[in-house]
Amino acid sequence: MRTELLIWLIPLPPVLAFFLIVIFTNKSKALSHTIAVGGALLSWLGSMIVFVRALGVEHLGEHPFESSIPWLPTGDTWFRIGVLVDPLTAVTLFFVAWTVLMIFLYSVGYHNFGQPAGDHDHAGLPPHGATVDEHGHKHVVPSIEPMYSRFFAFIGLFAFGMFTLVVSDNLLTLFVGWEIMGLCSYLLIGFWYGKPSARDAAVKAFMTTRIGDVFMLLGIAYLYSVTGTLTFREIFNEEILHTLQSVPSGVLNFSAAGLIGLLLFIGTVGKSAQFPLHVWLPDAMEGPTPVSAMIHAATMVSAGVYAVIRMFPIISLDERTMAVVAFIGAFTALFAATIAVAQNDIKRVLAYSTISQLGFMIAALGIGAYVAAVFHLITHAFFKALLFLGSGSVIHGMEHGVLHTGDHKVDPQDMFNMGGLKSKMPITFWTFLIGGFALSGFPLITAGFWSKDEILADAFGHGHPLIFATLAIAAFMTAFYTMRQITLTFLGEPRTKEAEHAHETPWTMTTPLVILSFFAVTYGWVGIPEHFPLLGGLVPNWLHEFVGGTLAEHPETLEFNWIPLLTSLIVALGGLTLGYIVYRDVNSPAEDKLQIGFLKNKYYFDEIYAVVFIKPITWFAENIVYKFLDQGVIDGILHLFGPATQGLGDTVRNYFDLPVINRFFGDGSADVTYWFGGKLRAIQTGRIQQYFTLALIVFIALGAALYFLVLA
Amino acid sequence: MVPLSWYLIFSAALFSIGLFGVLSRRNAVAILLGIELMLNAVNVNLAAFWRYGDVADIAGQVFAIIVFAVAAAEVSVGLALVISVYRRRNTVIADEIDLMKW
Repeated sequence: MRTELLIWLIPLPPVLAFFLIVIFTNKSKALSHTIAVGGALLSWLGSMIVFVRALGVEHLGEHPFESSIPWLPTGDTWFRIGVLVDPLTAVTLFFVAWTVLMIFLYSVGYHNFGQPAGDHDHAGLPPHGATVDEHGHKHVVPSIEPMYSRFFAFIGLFAFGMFTLVVSDNLLTLFVGWEIMGLCSYLLIGFWYGKPSARDAAVKAFMTTRIGDVFMLLGIAYLYSVTGTLTFREIFNEEILHTLQSVPSGVLNFSAAGLIGLLLFIGTVGKSAQFPLHVWLPDAMEGPTPVSAMIHAATMVSAGVYAVIRMFPIISLDERTMAVVAFIGAFTALFAATIAVAQNDIKRVLAYSTISQLGFMIAALGIGAYVAAVFHLITHAFFKALLFLGSGSVIHGMEHGVLHTGDHKVDPQDMFNMGGLKSKMPITFWTFLIGGFALSGFPLITAGFWSKDEILADAFGHGHPLIFATLAIAAFMTAFYTMRQITLTFLGEPRTKEAEHAHETPWTMTTPLVILSFFAVTYGWVGIPEHFPLLGGLVPNWLHEFVGGTLAEHPETLEFNWIPLLTSLIVALGGLTLGYIVYRDVNSPAEDKLQIGFLKNKYYFDEIYAVVFIKPITWFAENIVYKFLDQGVIDGILHLFGPATQGLGDTVRNYFDLPVINRFFGDGSADVTYWFGGKLRAIQTGRIQQYFTLALIVFIALGAALYFLVLA
Repeated sequence: MVPLSWYLIFSAALFSIGLFGVLSRRNAVAILLGIELMLNAVNVNLAAFWRYGDVADIAGQVFAIIVFAVAAAEVSVGLALVISVYRRRNTVIADEIDLMKW
């Protein structure tokens, strides 16, 4: 099959799966997940073929696979949409296809396929377990998710949005994919809609990202009005970029390029949960864990970073925009890491960690480290998906323990209820350890080390000491809270009965863990810097060459420097060691010195937003819009219409309808006819010969009249 | 040859006799007979005008034949009505059949 056609087809299988499940197979759980996983498998296959073929093309950056069709007529020209696979798309497609497929497979086990239906499970609530009779005594086992098919339909639609976004060759279809994912994110966070917290989280996520999306749409509209096109390869030629740089926008002395870059970046701030729009991501953990792994770690939030990377040629035109990007990224990286230290919910730690790592990428982009940003985007997608799936596996194991003891007050997500899971769940432990070490940047072996080291080296090498320092501290805290998490969850002795009875999850959940941990380690090896001592040059720095080819000017290779390398070694190993030392003996939140209210409550951001934005808006909506405008003005006007119309109607009735129409025309014509009939009835004798005579007389009279008056 | 006016005078006389019969006779059957006379007066006119006009144009004759047919149909319906009235009311006097008055 031609590569271009294949690229068009990549997004389609999951959306077909969505429609098939929704329309036909939603009654059958097995059929639904077969279709969904099959769809993901087809997309994965297509992506891999495209990826391999892209590898075989020399100078893919200058001669990408592209194909487009005219879509919307715009006066004399057409707005074209199409697909584009350049090096950036190819590597993104690679990690998206892998993580999506793994997470689809994982979902089968996570939602307890093959288990009996729950004793009293409801649609919209997580399954509560089922009682089975085995060898004469009763057991409580996990029960299957009541809305199993719906879940697979939603994630199918989501995968469609993500693939569309990745293969788009223009900002508009990218935005379409972007919004489809926003919808799916809302639907899936609120998947267990019976829980009020899940409902609130879904609305919060949707509203918060919407703020970013509005700005992004403004940016797209502005870009179109300046350049007349939204296709990437048309925008990124020197002439148009020069125009963008020289046209003033009229806002704060920004050039058009600067303002557009800023607006598009605000879209990313919403989607990738950067400060100050980060508040939705931790709450989004209300959704099922595969959703957290896919949408809120590996793909959708990565799509935000992907969009800025995509628009890098525009954003990099304006130094102030770049400074904003770098500042937001670095600040978010540190800020979210400090919150993660004080969280006890295993998924919330990962959520803040995701925000922090996305900050790393944004900061890298802000200092112009294009390849490093892409590199970290990919490695992060692998190890963070791995960590989320691992945490899902842990929660699943803990829920097993909760079902065993029957004590539903124990929170299976609280890390202080765990401990000692290493021996109970060995596969989960080892893969989680690999993911955690990759996240911390454990030297040399893990992928996270190479990508994070490259960001630090770029920050140092390009002369951004402040950002370098911020990111180094953030990296230290990352290693620290990761080790805290591993220690509290897996090491030591079980702290609860539930943790004692936890056990390993089924193969559908552990296989994705193993495959993702393979990538979490090996993917780093394709991007080892050439000048790295000892290891440099053993494996060619393929990623730099390949991804760098996306840009018109190939980014130069950085000279090796010992300072960033030693820094990243020290922060990673130091953070991990300190995390282990501090938390190996901690058994309850009370013993944890870092449970500071300020950090634990996320710097009170939710409360501040509630006071500053939500309360005034609610007050405005309630009093001004509802009571004054709606009830007073609008309803007042409407209520005037009723009496006015009735008055007019009464007037017409009393002065026109009754006297004129009824009396004069209606009754009057009847009266006249009655009177006339009364007079005429004398001649109605019923005698035929009288009628004849009368007719003859009239005939003669008429004839005579005609004869004498007309003819004579 | 007899002039056309003779035929017309004859036809007018016949028509007037028929009209007098229709208006003056009390018996319904006799009224019908009067109507027949009036129709045939018309037929005499038609035949006479044909004969004294363009002989090749046979519209006059055809019209006369149509009148015969209509007259026959009319008489059959009219007599049937008269018989029906007689059976119900035992009379054929036109003045006594006055159900259609006010």
